[in-house]
Amino acid sequence: MQEINEKYEPLIVAFCCNWCSYAGADLAGSSRLSYPANVKIIRVPCSCRVNPMFILKAFQRGADGVILCGCHPGDCHYTTGNYYARRRMTMLFDMLDYLGIERERTRVEWVSAAEGNRFAAVMNDFAAKINELGENKRLEDLRCKN
Amino acid sequence: MQELENLMIKKAVELLDGGVVDRVIGWKKGEFYYDNTPATFYKKEELNDFVYNGFCGANLSKYLVAESKKGGKVLVFLKPCDTYSFNQLLTEKRIDRDKVYTVGIECRGHLNIESIRARGIEGVVGLEEKGDEVTVKTLYGDAKLKRGEVMLEKCLSCKTKKFAHNACDETIVLHEMPEEDPNKRFSMVIELEKMTPDERFAFWKSQLSKCIRCNACRNVCPACTCFKCVFDNPDSGIAAKANDDRFEEKLFHIIRSFHVAGRCTDCGECSRVCPQNIPLHLLNRKYIKDINELYGEYQAGAEAGSRAPLVDFREEDINPGENLKEGK
Repeated sequence: MQEINEKYEPLIVAFCCNWCSYAGADLAGSSRLSYPANVKIIRVPCSCRVNPMFILKAFQRGADGVILCGCHPGDCHYTTGNYYARRRMTMLFDMLDYLGIERERTRVEWVSAAEGNRFAAVMNDFAAKINELGENKRLEDLRCKN
Repeated sequence: MQELENLMIKKAVELLDGGVVDRVIGWKKGEFYYDNTPATFYKKEELNDFVYNGFCGANLSKYLVAESKKGGKVLVFLKPCDTYSFNQLLTEKRIDRDKVYTVGIECRGHLNIESIRARGIEGVVGLEEKGDEVTVKTLYGDAKLKRGEVMLEKCLSCKTKKFAHNACDETIVLHEMPEEDPNKRFSMVIELEKMTPDERFAFWKSQLSKCIRCNACRNVCPACTCFKCVFDNPDSGIAAKANDDRFEEKLFHIIRSFHVAGRCTDCGECSRVCPQNIPLHLLNRKYIKDINELYGEYQAGAEAGSRAPLVDFREEDINPGENLKEGK
């Protein structure tokens, strides 16, 4: 176990909505902006597609941080999806905090398709934070650890 | 209470005889005196076993989901807190209102046999209730107790003794019920919020690791009426089975409470039925408290047809995490 911990690399899961944030990530890439390779992007049709189970399952499978990116409020491709996601995630994050799980491990950011810069900045900032927090111990599943 | 029980039986007989209803949902004497159980009565002779006393904490509203799918009309007795669950089920179109005749009944708080036993009182064979004084009759003599000392958790932190709007066709109330403060139920949630994250984590670890995944909290919950539950899905990896590790126990309880967030009327049944005495109501109440603080006061079931906060939004809602940054 010691050897594994020595080379600790955080794993970050980013749920990105197809219409804004995923395109924002694409722009970050084509603009040759760098952001950590630990960020694994999962494309979802809309930020409100993300169900609390997705976030918890990501932690179970070894994520150290989970970030949800969607269109800015008011800009949702489906008009109102991100408003619902906003309420749900507020509730879920409060609950995680209430259970004593570090609240910096979860985050919601609004990134539009034109904000490649912002996408890279957000990911750099989030990865730095997760690096600081270290391994996810409070929502881990030992069976899923290698 | 005897007087109230007699009135309830009289009402049930009257409605059965009059052909208004063809069955009655109420509480039935169980094997032990304190073991009253929800039951359906089809004939008036069966009502000999009908009972209403301090050991009738069960919420009958969820039984109506199955009953209102059958033909005929059913009479149900609802305590004030049960009427909120009833209204919530009406809102979610789980109950056919035309097939139910509701009678609201007086409630002074129901007793917890565990608390009585914890006082060394065993062999309970009877109960006499006079307002806040209860006399528990046992094989070994009588014990006088204050009601407030041995009530169920859900009754100790009673949110209201007012019937929900339009839920009852009629009511049977002999004595005026006391006014309750709906905010006193949050005291433990506030206490937990004041702890450090490490303390909270330790607290929940000690509580949730007791869970044996019997699913009693889900089965009893009037808000959990999905035809197919996520926890029954064999592909989910968490279908009704014992928790393997501390992730799974947290997952179950976070998801269970999240699924009822905004729809939970805080009837407290989950904590009442938990065989491991996990304070599940503290999870539900955290959601209720957050919703009240962030999206305005909301009591699920107060008004049939109201829109639950998590299927609604305002443009000016705060972003996730903002409230935590400011508050602490």
